[in-house]
Amino acid sequence: MSEQGFLERAGLGRLLAALTAAGYECIGPQRRDGAIIYDRLAGVEQLPRGVHDLQQPGSYRLTHSDSARQFAWANGPQALKPLTFVPEEVLWRAHRGPDGALRFDTEAVAARPRAVLGVRACDLAALALHDQHFLDGPFPDPGYRARREALLIVAVHCSHPAATCFCASTGDGPRATGGFDLALHELDDGFVVETGSDRGELLCATLPLAPVTAAQRAAAAAQLEAAAARQSRRLPGRNLRAALFANLEHPRWEDVAARCLACGNCTSVCPTCFCHAESDTLQADGSASAHERRWDSCFTKDHSHIHGLTIRADRRSRYRQWLTHKLGSWHDQYGRSGCVGCGRCISWCPVGIDITAEAAAVCAGGDHE
Amino acid sequence: MNNPYTPQLAEVVENIEESPNIHTLRLRFVDPQAHAAYRFRPGQFNMLYLYGVGEVPISIVSDPEGDELFDHTIRAVGRVTSALVRLPAGARLGVRGPYGSGWPLRSAEGQDVLIITGGLGCAPVVSVINYVMRRRSRFRRLVIMQGVKHAEDLIWRQRYEAWAQVPDTRVFIAADVGAPLWPWHVGRVTELFDQVAIDPARSLAMLCGPEVMMGVAARQLLDRGVPEIAVWLSMERSMHCAVGHCGHCQYGGQFVCKDGPIFHYGAIKPLFGMKGF
Repeated sequence: MSEQGFLERAGLGRLLAALTAAGYECIGPQRRDGAIIYDRLAGVEQLPRGVHDLQQPGSYRLTHSDSARQFAWANGPQALKPLTFVPEEVLWRAHRGPDGALRFDTEAVAARPRAVLGVRACDLAALALHDQHFLDGPFPDPGYRARREALLIVAVHCSHPAATCFCASTGDGPRATGGFDLALHELDDGFVVETGSDRGELLCATLPLAPVTAAQRAAAAAQLEAAAARQSRRLPGRNLRAALFANLEHPRWEDVAARCLACGNCTSVCPTCFCHAESDTLQADGSASAHERRWDSCFTKDHSHIHGLTIRADRRSRYRQWLTHKLGSWHDQYGRSGCVGCGRCISWCPVGIDITAEAAAVCAGGDHE
Repeated sequence: MNNPYTPQLAEVVENIEESPNIHTLRLRFVDPQAHAAYRFRPGQFNMLYLYGVGEVPISIVSDPEGDELFDHTIRAVGRVTSALVRLPAGARLGVRGPYGSGWPLRSAEGQDVLIITGGLGCAPVVSVINYVMRRRSRFRRLVIMQGVKHAEDLIWRQRYEAWAQVPDTRVFIAADVGAPLWPWHVGRVTELFDQVAIDPARSLAMLCGPEVMMGVAARQLLDRGVPEIAVWLSMERSMHCAVGHCGHCQYGGQFVCKDGPIFHYGAIKPLFGMKGF
């Protein structure tokens, strides 16, 4: 990561133009349906200028100010997840001829190069976890790989964490420390630009950058420090594995089960949840069948169903499975917790269940790393 | 084709009815090269795909160095399996695999081998029995313990009778509910441990069947001094992908599909027997 220079706010359009010229489809944050969402970005005027988010357990609201800042918000319901691990896709198709002959065909995923603007540190940490899950090991996922390799990332260090955020306690933010091509500190009048890859440096060469002043550098550092200090939520430790598995019969599981609707919102908005279900859809004329996968949730009954038996028939066991996996057994699988502190599961839970409060209640009194 | 999710075309060579709802499908890959290159270890499983319906994980029961075909013994319990057992010879289906860990047959050499199964549990382990029988001198005693609910649930009765005649081999069978002329024990198979002279330092046990039955059997073995690392269990959880991606088969930090389905007791004991995992 190296500092390259200062880009006036008016120069941000040049970055978009450079990305487009290099063949990238630009994806960026914008205000839609009362939330910040990521979608195709035709120009900088679509960015959420002066838009801020107010997040609380079970609540997400946008407000507006006359600030010129375009990234003065924490996050929306999506992370990078829908871009790389898409909500539904056909993995392969089976074809059956009139004579009954069967044939399988796999469509290669044609992933067009995409540049995502405004990526948060928490979501980069989640992306790194998904890279481990889908790409490491003997069976890398071809669709994930194609979309992942086509991704260019322009991070924006988070200066406006929401009340639900706790990335400082998981160690994943608010500063993006890696996994990006470019990273920006947004200041009132422009951006301090950093690079994290050769591609990022090539892009920088096309931008009208001025030397960074000492005042700008100090402002960027102070704003990051304030963003970390402002976070009021925290997990009780970075590794809660032992504490969670020592408390599998804790009464808090009953308590949270009485509030949880088992709706799966938390797993949908979670940037690291990776569960998916596979199913088959037979074409009406019977000549082909698509084998599809869709995001799945461990809060559903089907998730743990095997013939004649549902392993997790009640909400207590499903919430316990989710939390002990997310904060506990992820350590066995991927060497760290599966939570990056983005706080989405807190805001988007219809009844406002707070993962930090549940973890603290279950782990109370234990020793944690 | 290097997509790990896409099946290869296979065909049913023979469909053997073992009982009214348990059939063995003898399969081969249609592509001769794919068939020649196919290798598996006892205890591994394949994903079988039925056109337009879906995929299911089924263990491979034939000998890895055996004849030309690979076999799956299937009980009709769900949408896919109910249709799979009806596939006639010549029918085509999709197969991908093999997946998962196998039984610890190397570690079992020179040991007493205890095979303890319940229900259709014997199917995944029958490959081990056959494996040991064909390489009999590499192993010490072979003890086969099989439990069923009803006497009429016992499949492969003649095989058990034949195995019981082999030197250094003992067969114990139990049915919760007996039947006229039932020559074996009525009750739980786990009640028969006192009849087996277990040499705890030189035994390796392979367990397959309902978790409650495996739990009782594992306890009996551990109480008799068999070490945790010598007690192996075959676990079953929902599986969609079989390659550790879909998340359904997670058991604590383990993915049953790729870290298992066969585990030694020590690897799973923190959660074993606990409801909800």
